Amino acid sequence: MSASEISLEARLGQPWKKPPFIQRPWLRWTLIAGFVAYLIAAYLTIEVNWARVYDGLERGKQFVLAFTSPDFTTRSSDIYEGMLESILMTVAASVVGIAISIPIALGAARNVAPLPVYLICRAIIAISRALQEIIVAILLVAIFGFGPLAGFLTLSFATIGFLSKLLAEDIESMDKVQAEAIKASGARWMQWINYGVQPQVMPRLIGLSMYRIDINFRESAILGLVGAGGIGATLNTAFDRYEYDTAAAILIIIIVIVMALEYLSGIIRARVQ
Amino acid sequence: MPVRETEGTKLWQRRTGRESLAHWIMWLIGVAVFAYCWQRISEATTWFFVWDAPRIAGDIWTRATPPRWEYIAQLGEPIWDTLNIATLGTIIALMLAVPVAFLAARNTTPSALFIRPIALLIIVSTRSINSLIWALLLIAIIGPGVFAGVVAIAIRSIGFCAKLLYEAIEEIDETQVEAIIATGASRWQVMAYGIVPQILPAFAGIAVFRWDINIRESTVLGLVGAGGIGLQLSASLNVLAWPQVSLILIVILAAVVISEWVSAKVRGAII
Repeated sequence: MSASEISLEARLGQPWKKPPFIQRPWLRWTLIAGFVAYLIAAYLTIEVNWARVYDGLERGKQFVLAFTSPDFTTRSSDIYEGMLESILMTVAASVVGIAISIPIALGAARNVAPLPVYLICRAIIAISRALQEIIVAILLVAIFGFGPLAGFLTLSFATIGFLSKLLAEDIESMDKVQAEAIKASGARWMQWINYGVQPQVMPRLIGLSMYRIDINFRESAILGLVGAGGIGATLNTAFDRYEYDTAAAILIIIIVIVMALEYLSGIIRARVQ
Repeated sequence: MPVRETEGTKLWQRRTGRESLAHWIMWLIGVAVFAYCWQRISEATTWFFVWDAPRIAGDIWTRATPPRWEYIAQLGEPIWDTLNIATLGTIIALMLAVPVAFLAARNTTPSALFIRPIALLIIVSTRSINSLIWALLLIAIIGPGVFAGVVAIAIRSIGFCAKLLYEAIEEIDETQVEAIIATGASRWQVMAYGIVPQILPAFAGIAVFRWDINIRESTVLGLVGAGGIGLQLSASLNVLAWPQVSLILIVILAAVVISEWVSAKVRGAII
């Protein structure tokens, strides 16, 4: 504050200027210069075949037009089977993933678990979060063979990292008083978790689970690209054959299901909170 | 108060009879649905391969170790491409997301009846389709290469950035906006001096957060041909060069950890 008061005399009569977002001038200019230098370097190294892009615009227009007349019928049995498989994978993986992530979340909360358990559970979470779904899917397809089982395992594995981390954070920030009151009544460990901890984190657990089901469904749509089951394989074939109307139909179904899930999770979250 | 009588004394219990019945039925339906899903998945599985899995996993592990370290010399350019895809994609996405966010926020949209639903539709449709699918589509349209990856990442990120940004816009302090209006500012001046300074920290946070996610996503875009380190990964997988695969996975893991670290640092500095 003192700096602005000293310069008050000098500032009087001068027009006001917006204060910059980054206060230190040298840092600001270094960041701007570095950013511009990077942009130039990036622009110079990216090869864009503009003639090819220009050619593609016609196909792009066809694809956009395909959305106005999506073809649900020609490949309806492929679409139906792929969609069903995606949904089966989503449901099964969400159930198993959530069931496994609850004990891991308890283990990864410092106020519930002792240090060795805490470290092991945190390590599991870190591994699961660092590996991407599609890479896990590639490895699991190599190990377990093609089919929805690999996709199911991939999604379960990814759910564990996501859900355990966020749930553990919620358990760590819970109200200690309630849990202590249950403990003081002579409850066993299981009862303590059931009556002291669980009611506090339940709304968050339900909200996170709904969100994760949503993510799992979206991810299940791409696992087919590497052979792990679901609608992805059908979609890939449709693109390869330039059957844009079928691809548009699949994308519309995905968007509608995601929107419905989001709407549903909004209702459920509003009810439990 | 749900209570139960046992030998003349009243005991507390968690739920009334009707509630526990409802719970029971919900659990029953849940278990039945899961059992059905599991049965369908297991029908589509070749169990012989699954029983064989530990041996295969061990086999792959012995093939993949030790990683072929000298291969890293060829990975420099793909990593640079990956970085470019993520960064340029994020920049383009942010440029497109800002107008969409202003059109979607309830307090800044020009028309809540016509324009807001369109903006929300853009947000939902770009968000619900994975960047790999966008990449597939763009490769069919504009040909394989880094540019398709940049555009795929950009489109995918619009929805995410615009959603977080319009929520930030809806949460701004209206009194500051009113103060600017009271000075006689025009519509654009109100935006520049009343709204933008309030959402700038959120904007910077969103940008860095999305950049971190985009680094992760751009590492695998190459699997469908959209440039970056994923191209090397799929090429190595196709020729079963497991030592190269393990090295690439290590590099991807390192890139993910570094980008997460950078984004955590920058967000910590902003907030």
